[in-house]
Amino acid sequence: MTLSLRLRAAIVSIALLAAFLGAWHLATRSTGATANMTPEYAKLMGLTATQGKSAMPGPLDVGAKLWEHLKRPFYDNGPNDKGLGIQLAYSIGRVGLGYLIAVIVAIPLGFMIGMSPLISRALDPFIQVLKPISPLAWMPLALYTIKDSSISAIFVIFICSVWPMLLNTAFGVAGVRKEWINVARTLEVGTVRRAFTVILPAAAPTILTGMRISIGIAWLVIVAAEMLVGGTGIGYFVWNEWNNLSITNVIIAILLIGLVGMLLDQVLARFTRMVTFPE
Amino acid sequence: MTDRFISIEGIARRYPGAGGGTTTVFENFWLSMARGEFGCVIGHSGCGKTTVLNILAGLDEPSEGTVIVDGQGIEGTSLDRAVIFQSHALLPWRTVLGNVAYAVSSKWRKWDRARVRAHAQRFIDLVGLTGSEHKHPSELSGGMKQRVGIARALSITPKIMLMDEPFSALDALTRGTLQDEVRRICLETGQTTFMITHDVDEAIFLADKIFLMTNGPGAVLAEIVENPLPKERGRIDLHRHPYYYALRNHIVDFLVSRSKSFAAEVTGHDPRHVPTVRPGVGEPTIVSPPRVVEPNPAQSVAR
Repeated sequence: MTLSLRLRAAIVSIALLAAFLGAWHLATRSTGATANMTPEYAKLMGLTATQGKSAMPGPLDVGAKLWEHLKRPFYDNGPNDKGLGIQLAYSIGRVGLGYLIAVIVAIPLGFMIGMSPLISRALDPFIQVLKPISPLAWMPLALYTIKDSSISAIFVIFICSVWPMLLNTAFGVAGVRKEWINVARTLEVGTVRRAFTVILPAAAPTILTGMRISIGIAWLVIVAAEMLVGGTGIGYFVWNEWNNLSITNVIIAILLIGLVGMLLDQVLARFTRMVTFPE
Repeated sequence: MTDRFISIEGIARRYPGAGGGTTTVFENFWLSMARGEFGCVIGHSGCGKTTVLNILAGLDEPSEGTVIVDGQGIEGTSLDRAVIFQSHALLPWRTVLGNVAYAVSSKWRKWDRARVRAHAQRFIDLVGLTGSEHKHPSELSGGMKQRVGIARALSITPKIMLMDEPFSALDALTRGTLQDEVRRICLETGQTTFMITHDVDEAIFLADKIFLMTNGPGAVLAEIVENPLPKERGRIDLHRHPYYYALRNHIVDFLVSRSKSFAAEVTGHDPRHVPTVRPGVGEPTIVSPPRVVEPNPAQSVAR
């Protein structure tokens, strides 16, 4: 009897995870040398010196801490001590807002570029120059002009997620099959109706692919942006916990960043499947 | 004398050629058709047949000349001239009903949903697709897709139906069935139809008039062949009709040899008054010239 591929893959995945956690646990056991010292001094030195504990937390430490966080995701003990749920909500909110503005700008503009060869040629040099700029390079300029760190972060998200959407929309719109356009033309369908009933559905899979790339980039950039602007958000949390020397919290944050990124990608993947048509 | 429902008047199509010159696909091209007629254009690839059809549809513009339909010069595309595309050109994200309804609602914008659906359904029934209304094009066979294309074109009750090699991508059996359907529908509705084809038998079966075009560039309309076969003809016993071979040989001869040599051999060809030929029984009509004899003049001549 052979198990289904899905099940076998799941078994291998779990085995790999177990192997990784086991190796991690073994590598961070208390094996270091302990020194003799007065109790007062030992208190200052911490567990690393007194019990030979590794400075790197083990999987059990991380698990316990994660459980603690999950029990109280939304506590708020002042500016430097907020629950992980609050921090993630700030980050997702910024990404959502910047991304939404990018959608509003990129899709109509991409339509124009895709439909008009003139606009396409005219805007091409600007896009080519602006596209490769690291979004974080805009940060000082944003901070100087906007004078608000939170809005600057949103601006950085906007600028990084606008390009893939813009280019994919333009590409998708320009690549709509001539015969579909001709169908609309022979039926005397007006420009606006044609855009919504022929070009948009035909280009939707390409546009959604661009949007999926964009959300991935936006989530990558928000962490770095929040490390710079500070205050709130998962990126700030990572940096704050690094300053607190809480590697456990840093690892937890890394894990959560990965999980949220995966969720965002899955949502967009589902939307892409909804608009994809078989030919 | 003849009712000129469609009148193509001296159109030309030129493309900028390599090295600053221009390539003329055809020029001074005249053609007219009466209301309710079925006209077929036959010619080799590259003679500009599709360009003529696209100009007639309004999808392309002539470099010179005009096209008059029902007493009015055409300007761009129109719902009066429906096109059936070679590649069916269905919108893959819409169902069969959705594709036909799209055309219907484009013509009658004020109609409510129920009326559009009922009208579309009538034409889906007409082409024999009842029961497949809610399928997407990807779930249909090539023949069924083209049926949807025909239903979409007919549903807007156009003055002219334009068909660009509509059956060339289909297998022989499906093609035969669809030809029967098209003939039945055209006879029932008195639809004026202009069709491009490569298939001599298709032209003989469907057309009232067959327009023979010479090879491009510089293609001309060489001859109009009137179909001598009776209106009530069946695909099965078509070849038993006494006029059939005279007609078929005439067209095949043209395609095999005369389409190439026409420009060199015929002098004083007046594109405004193209000779009309009506091949009949017993005439010793132009049998194969001795120079080019194909052992088996294939069904489909071009390519």
